[in-house]
Amino acid sequence: MSNPAILVDNVTVHYGEVLALDAASLSLDHARICGLIGMNGSGKSTLFKAIMGMIKPDGGRVLINGEPPSKARKEGGIGYVPQSEDVDWQFPLSVRDVVMMGRYGHQGFTRRPSKADRIAVHDALERVELADFAGRQIGQLSGGQKKRAFVARGIAQGATMMLLDEPFAGVDKRSEATITRLLRELAADGCTILISTHDLHALPHLCDEAVLLMRKVLMHGPPELVLQPENLAMAFGLDVLNRDLPVQEPGGRDADRDIPMVDADLSNQQGRS
Amino acid sequence: MDILDILLEPLSYDFMVRAILTTALAAIVCAVLSCWLVLIGWSLMGDAVSHAVLPGVVLAYIVGAPFALGALVFALIAVTLIGVVRNTSRVKEDAAIGIVFTSLFALGLVLISVTPSQTDLNHIIFGNLLGVSIPDLIQVLVLGVVAFAILILKRRDLTLYAFDPTHAHAIGLSPKRLGALLLGLLALTSVVALQTVGVVLVVAMLIIPGATAYLLTDRFSRMLVIAPTISAVCSIAGIYFSYYLDTASGAMVVLTQGAVFAVVYLFSPRQGLIGTRLAKARRRKAAALAV
Repeated sequence: MSNPAILVDNVTVHYGEVLALDAASLSLDHARICGLIGMNGSGKSTLFKAIMGMIKPDGGRVLINGEPPSKARKEGGIGYVPQSEDVDWQFPLSVRDVVMMGRYGHQGFTRRPSKADRIAVHDALERVELADFAGRQIGQLSGGQKKRAFVARGIAQGATMMLLDEPFAGVDKRSEATITRLLRELAADGCTILISTHDLHALPHLCDEAVLLMRKVLMHGPPELVLQPENLAMAFGLDVLNRDLPVQEPGGRDADRDIPMVDADLSNQQGRS
Repeated sequence: MDILDILLEPLSYDFMVRAILTTALAAIVCAVLSCWLVLIGWSLMGDAVSHAVLPGVVLAYIVGAPFALGALVFALIAVTLIGVVRNTSRVKEDAAIGIVFTSLFALGLVLISVTPSQTDLNHIIFGNLLGVSIPDLIQVLVLGVVAFAILILKRRDLTLYAFDPTHAHAIGLSPKRLGALLLGLLALTSVVALQTVGVVLVVAMLIIPGATAYLLTDRFSRMLVIAPTISAVCSIAGIYFSYYLDTASGAMVVLTQGAVFAVVYLFSPRQGLIGTRLAKARRRKAAALAV
């Protein structure tokens, strides 16, 4: 257990000419929930892909429990909850079918489900309170239920680490609370959780720690500290954009869209405290 | 007895029996594959590969190798070229597909024009359902059964690949390998269907059944039953039509499939007038029970 659950060590990734990650480093301990904050184009998705081993970094390395990611993948250790836009919600699969996909790593050549697999899927659905919706086509769930279905897939898989890409986008407050509670339970059971999110005011309730990402890890610490206005300004480029980056930076337009949201969240926080 | 006579009369000719067997088999294999193609959005890829195999088939004919081998080689060449053009230039994927497959198809036509014994090869283009020989039938049977078996045995992995390749990767499978498997099966299936409807119309058999089934169900496992059933029935019906109307058999098969798609498109239970009313009534009943 001395190895960190996730170790990202000086990882650099280019897409053609574009620098997506610039010597990013991050170490995350077991059973922690970590929020990954950064504007669009800051490299959040790239960092996820690097952790899963979907892209080979140009430099640096990623270790999961001290081993290369390929080993963790084979063991079924990595659960992934995709961003809503990345899912074809019209796909003719039921909630149960999707959760069953978490069991494929445990199954034989044709992935024929055993009784144990069915039980695992049922238990996972109970856990996320979707057992009554098992037969529904996935597109016919609400925003929050959709997210929980994918979390259930990770549970059925037996993942010891879960990566969630924007889990609160298009999710109402009540579902957000349900998901938060669920993730806290999973972490209490020993699951390490990394969440990329725009939803800053959910962070203090949800996360043990937070990371500010702007192609490199600018800051990693307790959420209250990371969410300080001056620190957020750093990640969302209020300063950095003007000083260091050319105007045609691909993330520039998105940054404009994000900034008002950050402001709103900050005023909320101050109001609460 | 009238209808029975209509159904039985063509079967008194051996060539009709062979035609019906070949078509039904090709229709079933193509339809199963089409379920994944329409969901991944690979219809254009199906079009491309089924055309691009032509030079491979012609070359295989010239050197006396199995058609399937030539087809597989050229399917691979086509997919590689498409990837290269897309990734190393500013040309978008659909344009890359269009450029590569038409060029390869044209190469095939040129090869046919310089190869003696053109009659045989021209059949590859438009199909020659009524001239299916015993060896042809055996080849279609072997290739068809192999493709069908792989598709069915690996159906869950292929569906995972179609739905969420990232998850496939995360649990230690290789999306790249699954994609390659599907493309290989596409090439193999194209060869199976060449005989029936010809290169030009293969793509219809590779898209229409899957699209039709997709409009009828929300369960992929049911699509895998509905698509081949509809496709086989349509194909056999198409052959009967062509027999009695004295029209081109391959084209008639595709036309029948297209007509059934149109009917499903208009009256499918999920989209048609009756279907939506039934669903509403069911929901009301469920609500009443919940209270």
